[in-house]
Amino acid sequence: MFTPPLDPKKNIKPKVAQLCEICHSRKALMKRPKNLQKICKLCFFCVFETEIHNTIVTNKLFQKGERIAVGASGGKDSTVLAYVLKLLNERHNYGVEIVLLSIDEGIVGYRDDSLATVKRNQVQYDLPLEIVSYRDLYNWTMDEIVACAGIRNSCTYCGVFRRQALDRGAGLLGINHVVTGHNADDMAETVLMNILRGDVARLDKSTAIITQSSGSPIKRSKPFKYSYQKEIVLYAHYKKLDYFSTECSYAPEAFRGTARELMKNLEAVRPSCIIDIIHSGESFRLKPKRVKKAPPADHIEVRSDGSVSLQRGNSFVDGNRCERCGYLSSNRICKACMLLEGLERSRAKVMIDRDVSTDGAAKLGRTLEKLTF
Amino acid sequence: MVTVQVEFLGGLDVIFNKQRQYKVTVEREDMYDVDVGYLIDYIVENMLENPKDKDVFIEHDTIRPGILTLINDTDWELEGQKEYVLEDGDVVSFTSTLHGG
Repeated sequence: MFTPPLDPKKNIKPKVAQLCEICHSRKALMKRPKNLQKICKLCFFCVFETEIHNTIVTNKLFQKGERIAVGASGGKDSTVLAYVLKLLNERHNYGVEIVLLSIDEGIVGYRDDSLATVKRNQVQYDLPLEIVSYRDLYNWTMDEIVACAGIRNSCTYCGVFRRQALDRGAGLLGINHVVTGHNADDMAETVLMNILRGDVARLDKSTAIITQSSGSPIKRSKPFKYSYQKEIVLYAHYKKLDYFSTECSYAPEAFRGTARELMKNLEAVRPSCIIDIIHSGESFRLKPKRVKKAPPADHIEVRSDGSVSLQRGNSFVDGNRCERCGYLSSNRICKACMLLEGLERSRAKVMIDRDVSTDGAAKLGRTLEKLTF
Repeated sequence: MVTVQVEFLGGLDVIFNKQRQYKVTVEREDMYDVDVGYLIDYIVENMLENPKDKDVFIEHDTIRPGILTLINDTDWELEGQKEYVLEDGDVVSFTSTLHGG
């Protein structure tokens, strides 16, 4: 008769009902949120890694000889991603070359600590690392931006700049494939947010595993699209991976936070809902827009607010370039350059303000000048 | 009386004096065993740095969704959640997943 091995922590035999549902020999340690299967640690490693391998193969994410950049923040998702990709690359011989790519937003007390984690990972996994900073790219750090534009808009700036920074960092390395650690929870959250906001155009694209704008040399992919956050954290925990886990010092995006809370509550009641939301998102098909009859070439539209439409030849073309920096943009000037311009104006203002408020003889002099009797 | 190790991971240590590991000895006056539910009450009453942070840890009288609870590295869902009776040397860990990745 088969006797299951002892519970590793305690010297008692596990009950039959406690055994792993895959190997039926070790004690189950976790319940998979996807299908409620109870499995042991070793079987969990096996199914977790195999599912990601299947995702990569089915969606043909990698090509042999390709160089890929892993967007590494030092957080749980990207740490596990770097670890698993290196492992799978060796196990299944994808023949890809992996490079870690980090963005330094310049947030003291947050990003400097998490970058220290990435640097440790670089040594632990023996992968090359490239760090691109906002300071080098835009001549602004996030700390300066928040001092200027206020904390409420921080995520807008950071998000727009990071997207570009990853592309530019990859460009610097001569790589045209960026892999990010977005997981199933993130994706379901985004689908939910787009539904709640009625953002149908984004809803259509938000579940794509590979995204590439026409005209852009950089392609992005998400091998963790079907991996639950809970499983990623458990994997990191059981493998004792070194990751950084502090929330960004600046206020998190309020709406996303609420959507996340909603999702977590739903998951507690029905764990499969995350994968179900993604499935729903994938199945949405946007009704093709009726093609508007193009106005004659010399037509100028006067809008209700009094503004006048400008003629721009072929109106909107995906793959336009920003006039200032040459980055991909649907408008004449890309979002990052637009934000930067706004910032430059307020930086000038802040500098003057600061100058006046210095204590000392000069300030005293100015105060005295204003006094009247 | 039971002595267990309690761990606050994934950034949860912020609300527990920035310390990740604690050795906790819990005593119960009444006739019942010290179970995880009792330990959670003990943590909320005695270990939170600021009582206002309770909502970060607890929601609807249980651990907040998004925080992973492990008893000796086993998901507490498989151990009877709050009803698991603690023994000396058990390790109970709480890991927050509610942060950026």
